[in-house]
Amino acid sequence: MQQLAAVPTLETRALSGDATALELVFSADPRLMSIVILSILVSCSAVALAALIGLPLGALIALTRFPGREGVIVLLNALMGLPPVVVGLAVYLLLSRSGPLGSWGILFTPKAMIIAQAILVTPIIAALARQTIEDLWTEYRDELAAMNVGPLGRIATLLWDARFSLVTTLLAGFGRAAAEVGAVIIVGGNIEGFTRTMTTAIALETSKGDLPLALGLGMVLIAIVVVVNALAWTARRAGERYAG
Amino acid sequence: MRAPGSELPIVLEDVRYGVPGVMILDGISLTLMSGAPTVLVGPNGSGKTTLIRLAMGLIEPESGRITWGGIPHTAPQRRAIVFQRPVMLRRSAAANIEYALARAGTARSEWGPRTGELLALVGLAGLGERAARRLSGGEQQRLALARALARDPEVLLLDEPTASLDPAATKAVEDVIRAVVARGIKVVLSTHDLGEARRLAGEIVLLHRGRVIECTPAEQFFAEPKTEAGRQFVAGELLL
Repeated sequence: MQQLAAVPTLETRALSGDATALELVFSADPRLMSIVILSILVSCSAVALAALIGLPLGALIALTRFPGREGVIVLLNALMGLPPVVVGLAVYLLLSRSGPLGSWGILFTPKAMIIAQAILVTPIIAALARQTIEDLWTEYRDELAAMNVGPLGRIATLLWDARFSLVTTLLAGFGRAAAEVGAVIIVGGNIEGFTRTMTTAIALETSKGDLPLALGLGMVLIAIVVVVNALAWTARRAGERYAG
Repeated sequence: MRAPGSELPIVLEDVRYGVPGVMILDGISLTLMSGAPTVLVGPNGSGKTTLIRLAMGLIEPESGRITWGGIPHTAPQRRAIVFQRPVMLRRSAAANIEYALARAGTARSEWGPRTGELLALVGLAGLGERAARRLSGGEQQRLALARALARDPEVLLLDEPTASLDPAATKAVEDVIRAVVARGIKVVLSTHDLGEARRLAGEIVLLHRGRVIECTPAEQFFAEPKTEAGRQFVAGELLL
């Protein structure tokens, strides 16, 4: 009877690769680190951009009454589930050479990836902020009216006083951006050393069978999300102790 | 919309206000002048809170007219209000006062001294850095008074300011109200507490079922009420 050679299965490769993945992480492998740094920069920039638009937009919708407001709220909530590949495709069409914004020349650059992720994250931040601020507005309305606070002052006050609750909103946006792969792979192109992020690299390396790098990136991605959430939680608790 | 030179007198002329199915205030005519505190009394549901909110300009009457210093529809400049359950901004006690100072246009250089002075006035010196929402109910009510005073009001409207406080906290709030009156600020206060009305009132306005039943100097009201409802209220027998 012919003896079967010990062919490594996917599982055994993954297990042996696990050790290599840890080595990659703890040795701060330059290839891995460049991907990690780019991913953090892109996701943080996208969340910052989305916050600049989403927070005031959420506050504005929370404070104003206009015909069709309910429809806007439903639409905003629905947009939280925007499919990343559809957003990626739309941004691709906008930024491609023949598209209306083709002259910007930013397709397949981190800028395009930031725009795509910001589009995905803005509805999440706006919708969650709207709910948070509307609840606070119900509480503050009479007090601010009595102090003769104008519309812009109201928005600024509510955003500031809801800041600890809004941290959770920003974290939800960061989670969406950090975990997203469909949009950035379309508009970024997954170019090594330039537009390759953790999620796109994990998808690519897994398909190539380079499980150590994929696993290492996966570990780093989860660690980043945990650390960001832990820091935000600590800051929130400290802030609440001071401000109530 | 022109700001009045003075917020007083606040004049309500045949004011009606209601919600669907219920008339809360019906044909109220009342003039609030400078001078001794005006205390709105009446059983629960008589319309005291609604009248205070109308006098502050927080809600619009369905019909009738309200003027402040002779001018209708003026934004609150030198009138302030303290609600039955004050809303504390999610900031420190001192920052709550500083917020009101900023809204009133007080120069930033004066915030520190004014905040310290107001905290001392309401007996909260030393608690400025505490989170406002972590103060006790009585402390929050006094902080709300300090925040209202930060607007340097000519008239201060107080909606049952001691309704949910224990006797010690009630006394502390009443002491602050007396200090406010001593500064020449017109106080308009609502309460269903006869004892509080006796202690603070210069003038009594008795409300019942959305109407002004009596508007009399306090001494006269408690000694010899003009109406049967007034007599019943003083006897503690006036129910809704």
